[in-house]
Amino acid sequence: MRRLVIGIGNAARGDDAAGRSAVRLLHGKVPEDVAVEEHDGEATALLAALADTSIAFLIDACASEAPAGSIHRFDVGAGETPRADSPVSSHGLGLAEALSLARALGQLPARCIVYAIEGQSFETGAGLSPSVTKAIGEVVRRVLIELAATPAVEGMAQCTKPR
Amino acid sequence: MARKTIKVDYLARVEGEGAFKVVVRSGAVESAELNIFEPPRFFEGFLRGRAFTEAPDITARICGICPVAYQMSAVHAMENALGVAVTGSLRDLRRLIYCGEWIESHTLHIYMLHAPDFLGYAGAVDMAHDHGDIVRRGLALKKAGNELLALLGGREIHPINVRVGGFYRTPRRREMAPLAERLKWARDAAIDTARWVAGFDFPERERDYTFVALRHPHEYPFNEGHIVSNHGLDVTAAEYDEHFEESQVERSTALHSRLKGGGSYLVGPLARYSLNFERLSPLTKEVAREAGLGPACTNPYRSIVVRAIEVLYACEEALRIIERYEEPDAPAVPIEPQAAIGFAATEAPRGLLYHRYRLEPEGTIAEARIVPPTSQNQASIEEDLASFVGGFLDLPDDALRHRCEQTVRNYDPCISCSTHFLRLEIDRG
Repeated sequence: MRRLVIGIGNAARGDDAAGRSAVRLLHGKVPEDVAVEEHDGEATALLAALADTSIAFLIDACASEAPAGSIHRFDVGAGETPRADSPVSSHGLGLAEALSLARALGQLPARCIVYAIEGQSFETGAGLSPSVTKAIGEVVRRVLIELAATPAVEGMAQCTKPR
Repeated sequence: MARKTIKVDYLARVEGEGAFKVVVRSGAVESAELNIFEPPRFFEGFLRGRAFTEAPDITARICGICPVAYQMSAVHAMENALGVAVTGSLRDLRRLIYCGEWIESHTLHIYMLHAPDFLGYAGAVDMAHDHGDIVRRGLALKKAGNELLALLGGREIHPINVRVGGFYRTPRRREMAPLAERLKWARDAAIDTARWVAGFDFPERERDYTFVALRHPHEYPFNEGHIVSNHGLDVTAAEYDEHFEESQVERSTALHSRLKGGGSYLVGPLARYSLNFERLSPLTKEVAREAGLGPACTNPYRSIVVRAIEVLYACEEALRIIERYEEPDAPAVPIEPQAAIGFAATEAPRGLLYHRYRLEPEGTIAEARIVPPTSQNQASIEEDLASFVGGFLDLPDDALRHRCEQTVRNYDPCISCSTHFLRLEIDRG
């Protein structure tokens, strides 16, 4: 069982790159046993990435109408799930569906935390907004603290039971 | 007068954004309209002025589920324009990457999008609570297709390794070995999938479709063959425009396709299967018969069974190609640009995908035309709704709405591709 940090997003669409940018900053700073990955967010592949993982941090951008740069934290292992309000198409099977499916299948990491950074602009080809850049630094700092507080010890490697 | 409107504002479990509206008057369906409101995407416009070599990478961006189809139609059209034939191992590798796409795309639709309709669930997550092992099998089967795409395409979504003339890099034989092991499991999982879906409760509804698909002299079609129908059509891709026409309808941002003088037609798994049954492998034919299919299938609700049969065929075909694979001397054949027009049609998971390009002497794209499968199927989807909904009017509104949605999902419509799609409105009065 392993510890994993995944940055989700599209690097070419402005603040949607927030998750990927965050994990790029984590390279070399996380303990050796922690895998750091970038991901496009497709649900079934995300589910596969979470397999055999005891502790997972997922960082993604979001658009919830909160001020740009706001940081939302969801303790998915404790039952919280970020909600997607967009019409459900198979193109829209994303993080929320992957986590719900993982929970239904009993494959949710015992500890699973989602950090969502409120984006300002998701324009194709645009860079990160200043407020999002600042939030990325803060999320990186918090993930490192949480990783230090949750070592990969035997006994953490258990899945939540399907409901 | 009794009047009923069935309206769905956003159709779920389809690709992209669309809606539909069915109007019922005095117990009969008066109209059925599919509204595609996903914004137009202008791909044909921004291909103009780009190099012929860029077409596979640009068109791959049309769809995250079937990018290989766009790449294949693009490279074949360019090679048709520039007088190049890709043969041997490179041709086999193209068929192999297409197998990967059929496996992942069909499996996603069967397990995550369509099966919940037959089993009475709102979606795959609800289904997973009661049928965890089945959903796990579907996810693993899809992954086998994704792994083929990752090896041959460089990555699973929007592959970047396909080029006009071949590939940028071809795989080593030793890279294929682990895939073969996974595909042997996938072949058995595909047989189990076919037996599972064959047990669903299918509405007994059939229509006299005009099926259109590729047909090749020896192979079940992916990349090559004539465009044929069950009503005598037999033409090359270069003759497509002489026999098919597109028109705009106000309710849709996707053009409607029709046979010139012949009305609507159907592309996709039902058409492909019914026009090419004899080209399936002996095992696939046997499993198809066991699953209750004859040599043709005109019940669109059984399309989920046909997709499972095509997944099985794709697994077998992929194994066959891997077993005989010999590494090519070069990853691509050289190509020189010239002023020319090229045409190609290949079989996307959802059906025939036509590309036409006109090139300038230095290889710049002067004109591009792309006709995706869902665009071609729009009229047929509307006719299915108009034909079938009348038989379901005794259902309560919720069940009727669900049956209409299921009818549209029979097509695994890719609305994002077709806008160049779903809300549901049933008007019963």
